[in-house]
Amino acid sequence: MAALQDGPMELDAEKETKPEILSDGTSNLSGNTGNGALSSSPLTAAPAGAAPKPEDQQTLIAVLQFLKRNKLSESVDILRREAGLAEDQEDSQAADGSGGGKDGDGGDAKSLLSRVSITAAAPQSTLTPMPIKSAEDQPDVRVVLSAYSQQGDPFLYKVYYSDLKNFIESVLDCHRAELSQLFYPLFVHMYLELVYNNHESEAKAFFDKFSGDQECYYLDDLRVLCSLSKREHMKGNEALLDFRTSRFVLRISRDSYQLLKRHLQERHNNQIWNIIQEHLYIDIFDGMPRSKGQIDSMSGSLAGEAKREVNKAKVFHGLLKEPEIEVPLDDEDDEAENEEGKPKKKKTKKDSIGSKSKKQDPNAPQQNRIPLPELKDSDKLDKIMYMKESTKRIRLSPENLPSICFYTFLNAYQGLTAVDFTDDSSLLAGGFADSTVRVWSVTPKKLRKVKSAADLNVIDKESDDVLERIMDEKTASESKILHGHSGPVYGVSFSPDRNYLLSSSEDSTIRLWSLQTFTCLVGYKGHNYPVWDTQFSPFGYYFVSGGHDRVARLWATDHYQPLRIFAGHLADVTCTRFHPNSNYVVTGSTDRTIRLWDVLNGNCVRIFTGHKGPIHSLAFAPNGKFLASGSTDGRVLLWDLGHGLMIGELKGHTDTIYALKFSRDGEILASGSMDNTVRLWDAMKAFDDVETDDFTAATGHIHLPDNSQELLLGTYHSKSTPVTHLHFTRRNLLLAAGAYNSQ
Amino acid sequence: MAEREERRFAEVPRESIKLMAESTGVELSEEVAALLAEDVCYRLREATQNSSQFMRHAKRRKLSVEDFNRALRWSNTETVCGYGAQDALPFRPLKEGELFFVEDREVNLVELALATNIPKGCAETLVRVCFVSSAVNVSYLDGKGNLESQGTVPTAVQSLSEDLLKYYQQITRAILGEDPHLMKVALLDLQSNSKIAALLPYFVYVISGVKSVSHDLDQLNRLLHMVKSLVQNPYLYLGSYVRSLVSSVMYCILEPLAASINPLNDHWTLRDYAALLLSHIFWTHGDLVSGLYHQILLSLQKVLSDPVRPLCSHYGAVVGLHALGWKAVERVLYPHLPAYWANLQAVLDDYSVSNAQVKADGHKVYGAILVAVERLLKMKALSLTMAKEGGGGAAPPGTAAGPVGFRENSPGLSPPPEPLSEPPLGIASHLQAGGAGCPWEEWTPVSLPAMYCELYSFFGDSLAVRFSTDPPLGGTPPAGPCQPLEGRKEPASVAPNLESTRKMPQLTASMNISPRQDGSPRTEPQPPSLAATGPGRSLTRSSSSSSVSRSRSSSSRPGRSTSQSRDIFPKARFPPPQAGPPAFAFIIGGRQMGRRCQGRRFQTSFTPTPPLTSLPPRAYAHKLPVIGRVSKPVRRWTCSHYSLHLPL
Repeated sequence: MAALQDGPMELDAEKETKPEILSDGTSNLSGNTGNGALSSSPLTAAPAGAAPKPEDQQTLIAVLQFLKRNKLSESVDILRREAGLAEDQEDSQAADGSGGGKDGDGGDAKSLLSRVSITAAAPQSTLTPMPIKSAEDQPDVRVVLSAYSQQGDPFLYKVYYSDLKNFIESVLDCHRAELSQLFYPLFVHMYLELVYNNHESEAKAFFDKFSGDQECYYLDDLRVLCSLSKREHMKGNEALLDFRTSRFVLRISRDSYQLLKRHLQERHNNQIWNIIQEHLYIDIFDGMPRSKGQIDSMSGSLAGEAKREVNKAKVFHGLLKEPEIEVPLDDEDDEAENEEGKPKKKKTKKDSIGSKSKKQDPNAPQQNRIPLPELKDSDKLDKIMYMKESTKRIRLSPENLPSICFYTFLNAYQGLTAVDFTDDSSLLAGGFADSTVRVWSVTPKKLRKVKSAADLNVIDKESDDVLERIMDEKTASESKILHGHSGPVYGVSFSPDRNYLLSSSEDSTIRLWSLQTFTCLVGYKGHNYPVWDTQFSPFGYYFVSGGHDRVARLWATDHYQPLRIFAGHLADVTCTRFHPNSNYVVTGSTDRTIRLWDVLNGNCVRIFTGHKGPIHSLAFAPNGKFLASGSTDGRVLLWDLGHGLMIGELKGHTDTIYALKFSRDGEILASGSMDNTVRLWDAMKAFDDVETDDFTAATGHIHLPDNSQELLLGTYHSKSTPVTHLHFTRRNLLLAAGAYNSQ
Repeated sequence: MAEREERRFAEVPRESIKLMAESTGVELSEEVAALLAEDVCYRLREATQNSSQFMRHAKRRKLSVEDFNRALRWSNTETVCGYGAQDALPFRPLKEGELFFVEDREVNLVELALATNIPKGCAETLVRVCFVSSAVNVSYLDGKGNLESQGTVPTAVQSLSEDLLKYYQQITRAILGEDPHLMKVALLDLQSNSKIAALLPYFVYVISGVKSVSHDLDQLNRLLHMVKSLVQNPYLYLGSYVRSLVSSVMYCILEPLAASINPLNDHWTLRDYAALLLSHIFWTHGDLVSGLYHQILLSLQKVLSDPVRPLCSHYGAVVGLHALGWKAVERVLYPHLPAYWANLQAVLDDYSVSNAQVKADGHKVYGAILVAVERLLKMKALSLTMAKEGGGGAAPPGTAAGPVGFRENSPGLSPPPEPLSEPPLGIASHLQAGGAGCPWEEWTPVSLPAMYCELYSFFGDSLAVRFSTDPPLGGTPPAGPCQPLEGRKEPASVAPNLESTRKMPQLTASMNISPRQDGSPRTEPQPPSLAATGPGRSLTRSSSSSSVSRSRSSSSRPGRSTSQSRDIFPKARFPPPQAGPPAFAFIIGGRQMGRRCQGRRFQTSFTPTPPLTSLPPRAYAHKLPVIGRVSKPVRRWTCSHYSLHLPL
């Protein structure tokens, strides 16, 4: 409560320093080190890979303190060892921190702790598993909200706001669009302040008066906001905590910003100025103000746009070198002859593929940047199969569209929640709301279990067909049901070698199933809330999951605890995907942002904003350079990973897009949606049309060509069957899957 | 403020809170209840918002009770049990009090346990494969994955499961078999079965077999019923198969079926049914195939303008147009009418015994046209009154595309010279070519009065009577016995607009003839008719001269050959026209007062005409021949006969 009274004073003290910080356009991290308490909001601490060194240390020390307090001495030791922190250093800092606490805001130290605690995993730098603090990472509400304690005259809020509104409406057109970005964050913060200070009726009046002015894509947020009218409601409302704890990021040109600043100072509009200082992060750039269209295409996320420097880190988006396959030539010849009788041709083809991959892609990461599992013999065989198949692949083009084969789930009773195909399109898995996972064989080959241990003892282990003999013919069937979860299964993913299946469920576990025995092998517990999605790495072994607890986790199949925790999203992580080179993970969230994470160090290297609804599907282009994302607003956005830019917008769907997939060569993008359609887009053209000159790359200001209709190559309707999954076979036949919905 | 809040959300009133508290034995003050009520509302809203994400992740559109329960559970609240069923819960109001409740029937367990019929369990979840884009060619090596949508059976890619195959066999056997009851069951199932998407191409293939059973009306009927069932099945996505279905149905409508050779076969009903079906397909699935409407119109028009086609085909075309709506009639049939009329007239006027059958057919066509035209007038009048401000005769959508399509068709209109041995086919064609060509060249919506006048000139009172049940049309003379003069003047004077001047000459030409030819037996109507045609003379001249040139000279024209045959034809067919005194030469309805009065009198006593639109055309088709025969005077043929020869 002390913080409550101290609030205004402290803010006044800060006010002098803030303008300079803002005007030079950097984060306020360096400016505030002395104070220590407000230095790191989760947004900045977690993703900022390039944060200054002392800052990192500060965070670490805070974590250590927290761990100590919770008597996790083992963790403290490990962390200290890994971070290379001396004990005395920490102590001195701790003293420093408590000194800050003595200033009167004892709550602040706690708030720092609670905030950084989310980011505890960020500083890890090796792939060894590490115990993660199990404590609830719920920030203390009172502390977080305490900044709202300033008491302005509640009746003046309306005046302030409409004054600003009038001002913005009267400025030149070029500035108006930019300054209009201020409306939404200011509106929300002012409303929350009113609510927090128990001015219920004023808050309502304020809301009614100005909620109509906000951009239509904030409608969902406004609905949440208006349902909240009491201070007590603010506790436990995560969306609000997010809004409060993170700074809303705006990008404004210097001219516009000067204009705003001058106006607010002339009018002594301190209320608004305070909010801008405290809760907004204004990213100022030099040059032409952006147009309304440019702003609209980038805004819409829960925390404003991404800061420019966040997307500056280098991303190694190239593909890894194809492993050399040392299969005895005889073997291959035999097979080739069996298949086609043209062994020579085969060999040359393979050589060409090999030689191509030998040239190191300048954008590719080091081969051993992250340790990858070694290839087994069976994997090599599979690679050979893959190469053979790819020689028979159809070249897709706008004139030569893929055939679409639809797998309809009948009698699913609205229960189908997730689908996955194996890479070779031989198996199909479905996750269901009744907590089962079902596996079907798509080929005539039936699914068989391995014999029981007693029977296995009997068979001749020396025989050539031992792999055939271990299978139990009696269990052969077209489909198998896997029981084990205790809640709806929201995500399924096959391992690349087709031996394992992952499933994530509402019961907050991820399960690993064997497709040899059709039994559960491991249950991975770590998420505390429903796990929305999971996916295997393209090389196996690793997998990633994301859930309601707003973090994504990286796991290895042989570790029961996560290797990395990717924290930073402000709301549920709804979908997770591995980059084709396995060095990066991309996550989409309900906070309407997409983040790209480096597997090696757990840093967030890209933040993409622009979606106006929760993101439910993601897909990497096969070359690793581009990313497609689909959301509930029915739009597909295309991103350039290297430059960190939005490069396309595909409009056409009328409902949530649940499935996205690039064709094997990346020419065609297929999208499947709840509106019962599959649409095909000309991905090549979309990527070619973009001019990524230096200026665009430097400023991140994009001009999106509005060419959705030209890019749309085809729309294919199904009858009452929403599309849940899309998959291109190795020969570029498009498989779609969904449950028939009779209602 | 409170009102606004209430409108925004559902609220739990504080009275309810108090009641609930009382039921657990707690006494609440007003203040506490109000606070609690507000908090409860907020928590409910919050839970609802949270539950929506469970719905989204389950990839559903409908929020279920389960979703809500999950949200409650994750916020550490007790869940609500007992409402987990997937089907909608009926929510009922109680009349007396303002009370709503979920119906909760009592289930008699004893009855359920002792019941002999054990309820079937849920069907096992299945995966079925089908091609969305019916790409038949799935060969990879030649690099062809063509996406040509074809209506053929994708045998290469589709392997039917055993039970589907069995189902297919049973259904086809039942539908094409003898047992009417079985057929009904099969059709019903076809209408509602949700799992037959994979069989669709097979069924379409079966239906396309109409061409091979054209001798068997019964089979044709069954196949059409099958089409209907498929079209009505809400779970089937017909896609490009619509085209195939339409072509099968069109076959039944338009083709001179083998079955129609035998006059005893009621192929008319089949055509009517097929026409209705066509319009049904078009209205429900027309959006699946682009340009379907114009294709249908085009082929109907083609048939209509092709004099070689037998009358039953023409009948089909008229019925088809009628079924497609009054706009189609206005666009296609109406401009064709002047040309077509002459042909029909010729058939109807032939009283030779050999012509009896054809003539009966002609009456059918006449009746069909009459019904179609009447509805056109009626609907047009309706649309005019509906959209008064719209400035009359609003052009139907798609007019721009229409003429183009038809113009390119019209050169192909010149029919092959028809052999004399086929009397029913030998209907005049060159006039038609001209008549069809010119209105389509620049088709503009005809104003209602003009249209009425023109139609009236064809049908006379048989139109007027049936139409007179309607509210009076703006400007048009209500058909009455005392009106003939005005009715006749109207076309000449009131309608100087393009259409009527262009078409009237043909009519006035025939008007001219009759007075000159039959002069004497004429009684009262003669002077007025002369007077009326007086101003129209010049027009008549020019048109008749043109018709002369058309019929006589220019053998190089494509229409020439046909016109020759036309010239020969009536002469050969008709008994010498001079044989009888051409007393009632002037028959084209409405021109003659005496005639019409008689006809009208007869009709009114004959049929109490029912309201038009509510009845299917079939009902009229029965009566119309009779009406036509009665209302037409005896010697109609002379007119058409002379009309050709007059200019000489």
